[in-house]
Amino acid sequence: MSEAKSSVNRETVEQVNKFGGEHYKYGFSTDVAADKAPLGLNEDIVRFISAKKEEPEWLLEWRLDAYQRWCTMDEPDWAHVDFPQIDFQDLCYYAAPKSMEDSPKSLDEVDPELLRTYEKLGIPLIEQEMLAGVRKVAVDAVFDSVSVGTTFRDELAKQGIIFCSFSEAVKEHPDLVKKYLGSVVPKSDNYYAALNSAVFSDGSFVYIPPGVRCPMELSTYFRINEANTGQFERTLVIADRDSYVSYLEGCTAPMRDENQLHAAVVELVALEDAEIKYSTVQNWYPGDADGKGGIYNFVTKRGDCREARARISWTQVETGSAVTWKYPSCILRGDDSSGEFYSIAISNNLQQVDSGTKMIHLGRDTSSKIISKGISAGRSSNVYRGQVSVHPKAEKARNFTQCDSLLIGDKCAALTVPYIEAKNRGAVLEHEATTSKISDDQMFFCRQRGLDPEESVALIVNGFCRDVLQNLPMEFAVEAQKLVGISLEGSVG
Amino acid sequence: MSSLLEINNLQASVGDKPILKGLSLSIQPGEVHAIMGPNGSGKSTLSYVLSGKDGYDIGGGSMHLDGQDLADMEPEERAIAGMFLAFQYPLEIPGVTNMTFLKASLNAVRRGRGEDEIDAAQFLRLAREKARALGVDDEMLKRPLNVGFSGGEKKRNEILQMAVLEPRLAILDETDSGLDIDALKTVAEGVNALRAPERGMLLITHYQRLLDFVKPDVVHVMANGRIVKSGGPELALELEASGYADYIDEAVHA
Repeated sequence: MSEAKSSVNRETVEQVNKFGGEHYKYGFSTDVAADKAPLGLNEDIVRFISAKKEEPEWLLEWRLDAYQRWCTMDEPDWAHVDFPQIDFQDLCYYAAPKSMEDSPKSLDEVDPELLRTYEKLGIPLIEQEMLAGVRKVAVDAVFDSVSVGTTFRDELAKQGIIFCSFSEAVKEHPDLVKKYLGSVVPKSDNYYAALNSAVFSDGSFVYIPPGVRCPMELSTYFRINEANTGQFERTLVIADRDSYVSYLEGCTAPMRDENQLHAAVVELVALEDAEIKYSTVQNWYPGDADGKGGIYNFVTKRGDCREARARISWTQVETGSAVTWKYPSCILRGDDSSGEFYSIAISNNLQQVDSGTKMIHLGRDTSSKIISKGISAGRSSNVYRGQVSVHPKAEKARNFTQCDSLLIGDKCAALTVPYIEAKNRGAVLEHEATTSKISDDQMFFCRQRGLDPEESVALIVNGFCRDVLQNLPMEFAVEAQKLVGISLEGSVG
Repeated sequence: MSSLLEINNLQASVGDKPILKGLSLSIQPGEVHAIMGPNGSGKSTLSYVLSGKDGYDIGGGSMHLDGQDLADMEPEERAIAGMFLAFQYPLEIPGVTNMTFLKASLNAVRRGRGEDEIDAAQFLRLAREKARALGVDDEMLKRPLNVGFSGGEKKRNEILQMAVLEPRLAILDETDSGLDIDALKTVAEGVNALRAPERGMLLITHYQRLLDFVKPDVVHVMANGRIVKSGGPELALELEASGYADYIDEAVHA
């Protein structure tokens, strides 16, 4: 029976392909052995990517459906950002990981500016080489140096924790992927999420089994030298009942990156009594002082507190990218569930940030907390955009929001755009917002105590961000503090 | 002996308004000088000009600390050279603990002098020891710098910073203002403890009160942007009795 069915399917597929082949006269000509897809996006490219990754049929269908939906959508234009129109047909949507031949042979060939930053962050030499993509750095050596290596994975596996690349998860754990993929951020959620769903490259997959407390911070850092995750990263984290995981994404050090457009999707699912902490440090290339060449970062991040007493906490430190469009959100579906959002967004020179969060209260006794610290310097623009929405059934929902903006200089801008919707009379929502400037007197005070202007700014800004920095895992917090200083260099005359 | 601080015919203005009009003063190592004068005589301006605050135009004259020309130096360079200003209105820095600030400051100064930075454990010992002597408890060291501090706490905190930085020259700008008698005594004890043969101090004050507790070697009367009279500690007492009226007239008509 099943054999008959599969042969019918094969016939159908072949037939369709035949028709399809005629229809797409100039279509499916892409050589599957090629390292790079031709420019542009169409169904063939989606098929090419899926074939390259040897994906099952259902995932190809899923991608194609996302592509179809994307074709009918328009790029959002409501964000307070301004950049030249992106020609989506002029981009390459798949490139094999770069061969070592193209990589720099040693740090001597790496941009000195990048090295200077590494040095200021105090990154060990071997890690510098890894970050800069220097050829033939022994991955094992790097892993050994931070004492992880294979023991790291073994230890996790013993507890039933799955932590692997997304592609690997598709092959090894298809049922989990199938069950949860797109369940938080639907394919057609928004323009960039739909694009990501059609062409996503790779990313991380985490599953924590019931009752397990993940014994270490899971970090993308550990897989930095695995296949290039590319510009359309896809991450899925599932915390099963009564489990806990802390996940760190990104790196304080700027990495070499040749893709200007990044559109990632991150989905978090927390089941009953589970807790997910997700921390991000983003320091991508912001472009030169005139804003040229920086990364566009259009990310969709959302967590679903799917069952009772689930907890999700987002912490982010955003210092890089030319344009940032990002709203890590929580859907508080389970009763007594809670969501938190702690954010530091720094913009300097001509950077544009439009970031914030959404807290969607659906269940009873749900609570959320938002602490946002925006720092604008240079001629940058920094917008906090947030939504707190309380649905009719969310009895006794509570939210506390605090949005603070700090301005450095007089050519930058800070905006706060909070949307608050309460459809339940019992909701208690608090919103506090402040805008301040670093005063000349504060600067003089610090300088009189021996700090130079940049140290003074870094100190004052770190103080301003303290509530958020405290939420970062220890080892991240120290680097993040230094990063805050570095990203504001040149902001005082 | 060469002067610790040597000010010669110093002129400074804000915009087109002259404030210091040819001020001269010289402080030797180990000496404590007090400058008294009526409001608006330019006392605070003198402290800001010496420490390098923006917004003042130096129209003429000179100022040297240990022979170094201050005019060419940034505020942090002056701090590294050993200049310390205890502020009349100490600034608040939210989120930065007292401890963090003290350590950042001490290490910045040490780096600037080519010395090694102090490590965390050593620093903690040092800060606690200095704090105890000034009646600053551990809890106050952990609070954000000056945020929510009372007037007395802020002033004590300035003296604590001075004690940790051990400057060559300390300028105390109206450190006595707004203090009750107990707070004044604590601050004065802190200042006295820092008197040393190699250190100079310049106390800027409106009242005689502080000088009851910190005995100056020299007292100057400042009026209309100049030193109009200098003398020993007895001059302060005279002023307390007769007020500044004579000096204001004298300075204006001079």
